[in-house]
Amino acid sequence: MSDLFEILLTAGFWAATIRIVSPLIFGTLGELICERAGVLNLGIEGIMTVGAMSGWMWVYQGGDLWGGVIFAASMGAVFGLLHAIFTVHLGLSQHVTGIGITLFASALSYFVYRMLLPDATTPPKIIPFQPIEIPWLSDMPLIGEAVFSQSAMTYLALLTVPVVWYVLFRTPVGLAVRMSGENPVAVEAQGINVLAVRTAAVMVGSAFMAVGGAFITMSWFDAFYFGMINGRGWICVALVIFASWNPGRALVGALLFAGLEALQVRAQQSVGAFIPYQFFLMLPYVMSIVAMIIMARKTKYPQALLVPFRRGERV
Amino acid sequence: MANDAISLSLHAGEILALLGENGAGKTTLMNILFGHYRADEGSVLVDGQELPPGSTQAAIQAGIGMVHQHFTLADNLTVLENITLGTQSLFAWRQNQKKARAKLVAMSEDYGLVVDPDVLVSSLSVGERQRVEILKALYRDARILILDEPTAVLTPQESNNLFATLKAITKKGLAIIFISHKLHEILAISSRIAVLRRGAIVGSLETVVAQREQLAELMVGAAVARPKLTAIEKGKPVLEISGLSTQGTGATALKDVNLTIRAHEIVGIAGVAGNGQSTLADLLSGLTKRFSGSVRLNAVALPAGDPRAVVAAGVGRIPEDRHARGMVGEMEIWENLISEDLRSPEISNSGIIISSSKSKSRAERQIEEFDVRCSGPEAETKLLSGGNMQKLILARALSRDPTLILANQPVRGLDEGAIAYVQNQLLQARQRGAAILLVSEDLDELMSLTDRIAVMFQGQLSDPQPTGDQSIAEIGLMMAGQNSAALNEGRSLDH
Amino acid sequence: MIIERRESVSVWRAALAPLWAVLASMVLCAALISWAGASVFQAYGLLVKGAFGSSFAINETLTRSIPLILTGLAVSVAFRAKFYNIGAEGQLYAGALAATYFGTGLITLPSGLMIPFLILMGALAGGGLLIVPVLLKTHFKVDEVVTTLLLNFVVLLVVSYLIEGPWKDPMSLGWPQAASIIDEGVLPTLLAKGRLHFGLIVALILAVVIWLMMKYSVFGYEIRAVGLNAKAAEFAGIKVNRTVILTALISGGLAGVAGVSETAGLKGYLTLDLSPGFGYTGIAVAMLAQLNPLAVIPSAIFLSAVYVGSDAMSRAVNIPTYIADVLVGVSVLAVLCSVMFSQYRVRWFK
Repeated sequence: MSDLFEILLTAGFWAATIRIVSPLIFGTLGELICERAGVLNLGIEGIMTVGAMSGWMWVYQGGDLWGGVIFAASMGAVFGLLHAIFTVHLGLSQHVTGIGITLFASALSYFVYRMLLPDATTPPKIIPFQPIEIPWLSDMPLIGEAVFSQSAMTYLALLTVPVVWYVLFRTPVGLAVRMSGENPVAVEAQGINVLAVRTAAVMVGSAFMAVGGAFITMSWFDAFYFGMINGRGWICVALVIFASWNPGRALVGALLFAGLEALQVRAQQSVGAFIPYQFFLMLPYVMSIVAMIIMARKTKYPQALLVPFRRGERV
Repeated sequence: MANDAISLSLHAGEILALLGENGAGKTTLMNILFGHYRADEGSVLVDGQELPPGSTQAAIQAGIGMVHQHFTLADNLTVLENITLGTQSLFAWRQNQKKARAKLVAMSEDYGLVVDPDVLVSSLSVGERQRVEILKALYRDARILILDEPTAVLTPQESNNLFATLKAITKKGLAIIFISHKLHEILAISSRIAVLRRGAIVGSLETVVAQREQLAELMVGAAVARPKLTAIEKGKPVLEISGLSTQGTGATALKDVNLTIRAHEIVGIAGVAGNGQSTLADLLSGLTKRFSGSVRLNAVALPAGDPRAVVAAGVGRIPEDRHARGMVGEMEIWENLISEDLRSPEISNSGIIISSSKSKSRAERQIEEFDVRCSGPEAETKLLSGGNMQKLILARALSRDPTLILANQPVRGLDEGAIAYVQNQLLQARQRGAAILLVSEDLDELMSLTDRIAVMFQGQLSDPQPTGDQSIAEIGLMMAGQNSAALNEGRSLDH
Repeated sequence: MIIERRESVSVWRAALAPLWAVLASMVLCAALISWAGASVFQAYGLLVKGAFGSSFAINETLTRSIPLILTGLAVSVAFRAKFYNIGAEGQLYAGALAATYFGTGLITLPSGLMIPFLILMGALAGGGLLIVPVLLKTHFKVDEVVTTLLLNFVVLLVVSYLIEGPWKDPMSLGWPQAASIIDEGVLPTLLAKGRLHFGLIVALILAVVIWLMMKYSVFGYEIRAVGLNAKAAEFAGIKVNRTVILTALISGGLAGVAGVSETAGLKGYLTLDLSPGFGYTGIAVAMLAQLNPLAVIPSAIFLSAVYVGSDAMSRAVNIPTYIADVLVGVSVLAVLCSVMFSQYRVRWFK
């Protein structure tokens, strides 16, 4: 036990936590934006894969890092548009469409990767985002190394949380998004096109998810592996429920999970001899289920989540 | 056809009433005006400018405001948020909350429509929500206000307040279109009346010269005689409820309800929606068993919490929402007709395998008997009209000759012919000796169809009084929570 | 643009919907094939040949279709009740775990009893895995999609732990695999040559049984009613939660049987690559079959042919095998779309 406490006091643990939390933040916020507009996006797992592959591939083919991030985001938005056409415009099952998008997007990512790199036996590497030490702040003990010596994408992730909160709760477009998730008829009655709002929200949310995927191959690791997302997308979906659709709480939840993951990597080294590593790897999945159970009865779902809106449909 | 070659004009400062029975096309017409639907032909002109079709945005900008029959509010957002949505460019960097609040407060004082801008809509009463809806339109500088069946959910007194507000609004030069199927309201509030039947305008006249009978005939065409109650000797008690309470503290929790209905008797329950009527209906339908007190059917305890047993014990149930609860739209007609007695030997072999031949031949008999217009037992249920769907529900509920009939808003949204049919069926059942509990928000219906009326308010049920002993105004006050004793005091003060 | 319901849906329009979907998927994949530099017709020719071109190929295609029929049935039963079980993959492994636990020497029965026993145990394990998600759905309103998906990962890690640890076959020369199923438990092969095994008979029987149940039984009626309109079902006296729970158990059970069939029929022992995503492909199978249990059979054979054929195709013309997964993913989306357009039509406004 004392080993575990010691881990909690090391800067390396906190630095790892902050690194691991970044893709979760992007993914969770992306899902949150979609769901606030009333659309469940189970394409997240596949869209993260697309982001991981396309961002990395952009850089591998000679593009620069930020270009890769933007490329990943736009690919995410394209799949978001596909999801929106099916669920928002055609009003099809959000569950089944999302699963279909995940199957399609992951398979397509692997296909394209193999097409472009047919002979690679060991995954080739790129030069990923490097840590940037923020002057003054990075000199602080513990916090300096943990928070202020991260890569630019991590800072972007942390910055995204207040931005998304502000847009959702303090701007007219945020109000339109939230209202679309609560009562689309009310939005339409105020002269705003619900379908457009929902489509835009799903596209932006999906772009976030893809950036989350890109973080994994461009800032955390430096290569693309098969099965690399490994359920992170689903964990984000659980985190949104855990966060009650609130960006601030999403950050707290994501930190909790990232901390757990950073802890288990280190705990494996100290107590791995007694507990098989598989049980450590199980923790995030089991914790996600537990988190959903804890919050299930307390949270207020967006009332129009999963409810399609068809303009002019005679009820 | 929902609307057929309609021409209407509206002038500033007047209230135009649009009268028509359910399904006459009133709502469709207004939704075209407001840009929710597109007309196949024709145009809408505001101040001489043609509105682009199918654009709510354009309608709002032209000064049209609409108060829908079903409120278009988001429960989990505040009043201010509901009102300000769409009033600013979507791409502004921030919401101008302060200015918006000031404008709203000034406006609500101006028109006497007081609401707290910062509370969640979910905490408002129905009347307050309607105020928010009207403010929403006024906030956007509407000059034409369309109200679709605005009194359907109000008590008579709340309706009177609404009328006063509307009159005040027209004094400021706004024009109002008031949609209703209630003659007395329209005569009370409007300056001009247009009557709509089967999607076409069949009459247009000044209110001052309008006659009630004349309007009624215009509205329904050849007058359909609404059935009337005939005197009959009451039988033994069928339903006996005493000391019935349910858990919870809200308005929908029942508090010490007592009620007895005898054979050959129809008891009506009046009340504004959301005062516990659904709780009572759910309980008698067998959907819940969480209650204290006693509910006895034919002198035996009701098998609460088990709909099949309740049906088998002799309860015929007509649910409030026939689409959501009454029928499975995607199933075939015969399948819906067997849903309440799936495991009976009449339908299935040892409760395991459904005999479709037996089920279909029974369905054919029921379709015949209840005059359901359809292509046969294998037709998809959701293709039926509202009236035919209700007949199907009657067929399912009444063909077993129940001793107690629970009719929850049985004629809501039906056209005149179907209303008469349903009411006749209920009266025939009364004649046969059934006890009937009729829950309705329509006081006229209750006055003409029941033996006794009780009022439900915040989960409490008043002592049922013989129909006719109380005036509509008295019942209205009780629906708003004032007992008739207070009413009598009020009267004596008037004198 | 307005989407309107058609007044009536003709039978042929509904029946053709999945075919349109397949066609659309093949057109989209044709674009990928030509990107890879191969001739589309040649590639699809190779695919068909690889799947049906010889008795060996047909044998392989049918063998591969067995788990897909079973997971397809699992998904179609669950989706009928609007219980979105995306965990067939995990339930398949749960069934495989049960087969391994009971079938590697713990109990020895004569073959005629041993095989049904293993199948039953697999079904119980697969269904058992769904108990937590279904109770969370019925009693806590926790979305079952996420819980069933997350459990897939958990189960795979359990399998990984067991076959690297306590259940590791000492004779396996270090490979992480469990001991072999005893001879009494192994499903017999159906033909002298090839790998086609008794699992096909089991899958076909189950498809017919499920079809009969859905179409003619009171319980099947209840499942459909709950899925189409739970409130109306409840009002009519159908116990909604009970129905959803039982449906989930049946669904998980079917996926569990797929695990038994793969372990005791095809491989003979449990490994981590027992299923290359049969649970997920089952969703595509069920969607293409429009949730009809009988239509699951041709649908599963079709997708199995896509996998088997694309293996052969990619060897011959150097297209990544992931083309099969792309086709499966696209077909899920395409069938949603084409079924919808068999029921609705689009009206355009200028």
